[in-house]
Amino acid sequence: MKPFGYVRAGSVAHAVQVAAERPGARFLGGGTNLVDLMKLGVESPPLLIDVSRLPLDRIEELPDGGLRIGAMVRNSDLAAAPAVRDRYPVLSQAVLSGASGQLRNTATTGGNLLQRTRCLYFQDVTKPCNKRAPGTGCPAREGAHRDLAVLGHSEHCVATQPSDLAVALAALDATVHLHGPDGERGVPVTTFHRLPGDRPDRDTVIRTGELITAVELPPALPGLHMRYRKARDRSSFAFALVSVAAVLAVRDGAVRHAALAYGGLAHRPWRARAAEAVLHGASATEDTFARAADAELAAARPLRDNGFKVALARGLTVGVLADLAARA
Amino acid sequence: MDSSNRPAGGAGVPRSAATGERSEVILRVNGTTYTLAVDHRATLLDVLRERLDLTGAKKGCDHGQCGACTVLVDGRRANSCLLLAVAQDGRRLTTVEGLADGLRLHPLQEAFLARDALQCGYCTPGQICSALGAIREAADGFPSYVTPDDARSGAPVELTDDEIRERMSGNLCRCGAYPRIVEAVGDVRGAAATGDAADTGSRGAGEAS
Repeated sequence: MKPFGYVRAGSVAHAVQVAAERPGARFLGGGTNLVDLMKLGVESPPLLIDVSRLPLDRIEELPDGGLRIGAMVRNSDLAAAPAVRDRYPVLSQAVLSGASGQLRNTATTGGNLLQRTRCLYFQDVTKPCNKRAPGTGCPAREGAHRDLAVLGHSEHCVATQPSDLAVALAALDATVHLHGPDGERGVPVTTFHRLPGDRPDRDTVIRTGELITAVELPPALPGLHMRYRKARDRSSFAFALVSVAAVLAVRDGAVRHAALAYGGLAHRPWRARAAEAVLHGASATEDTFARAADAELAAARPLRDNGFKVALARGLTVGVLADLAARA
Repeated sequence: MDSSNRPAGGAGVPRSAATGERSEVILRVNGTTYTLAVDHRATLLDVLRERLDLTGAKKGCDHGQCGACTVLVDGRRANSCLLLAVAQDGRRLTTVEGLADGLRLHPLQEAFLARDALQCGYCTPGQICSALGAIREAADGFPSYVTPDDARSGAPVELTDDEIRERMSGNLCRCGAYPRIVEAVGDVRGAAATGDAADTGSRGAGEAS
């Protein structure tokens, strides 16, 4: 690891100011991904700005009935918060499906959204990788890509976004709040992460020096049922092969509201708008759910070794929606 | 349940942009306060082992995947290999060395012995610290992925064997002693005596110096 400076931010404004003064500086939250990437040589910031003790560690009720989650709320505290468990269970389930107890105690809400892909080539500095070293190529296209993308990838990058939390937030239409040199702004979580295109080095639309301060959830309307389901190689402490966050409301046998987002399939949480269009107003049957999944997954372009993800996503979608419809 | 994360202590950590490569920190480990200058690159695990001669926490993978380095930070378990020591300034740290009360072992240590819940023993300090954290988390109402949907938010969670397996999944054992580890943790579940000698069971980060 290369030597680096360290400063503890006294305020959000202070953190943002220091970041603006020191190109390449990184914010340190829980550090569970950043410190690991520094050990691997993938990250070598000249300065760490420790934001972990900023007063962004509260979950607050919003006047409209929504919830504001501070960026420094730990994953385990987020998953355990009664307001989250009771009103947004899909979010609690998603967080609890990720990582381990130790990691969830350390990792933060903001940091979770900014974690990097676990593509093997990205994490190995002896290998080419367009995300880590733009222009060097993508060995994953012909190499080890079983865990990688089937939707939205490009010739430059086939990486997947690894966060479970982000998938649930995408289905919940959450907003990411940022504070930067040019002030504050909010970005829908569905457009916060990017598709790789020809700039796979950029995971998100965050600008240099911007700090995530909070994530806001809109009110959870009555009658919504929601669930996170994750398929992985072992039953705990593993990244998703495919995951699905589903929010469903059914009345008189017809779908009144549906929001679906996939994890493990793309460079960002994949909000399934085509599937939702099939679901809206249709009868809440397994046939409808299968047609919805097929409508979304028609765009899939699997690589040599990850075609199984398409069938897996279809099965998860039908299963989780059928479970939710049975509760409605 | 305590979700606070208030600033604690902090004599020598700079608040202006630091270009130096070392900072002075105060670490409170097993009830003893240490003031030392640390290289910013040093992990808590390395400082515990190399500077403070607390070699209970082990370096297994050094990437947060095996759990052998597990310690308690302000009462909650964490992978010390992924924590920078400089960022732990003022935190209350407990390692496996802090669990026994003199020669009297912690109930979890007794249970691991009684159940023969190890072979080589390399992962055991991390297993025991993790189990202590897991038992407290369940008592404090933290759910896991296998906690039933209809469990009441905030209520203590019963540590079934499934709950123990799920909550301990961050600790690998290459000897495969998992069945005995689940039994050992199960022996101590719900026991009142899940505090430790250096930390009489108090929780939370609010007791800033």
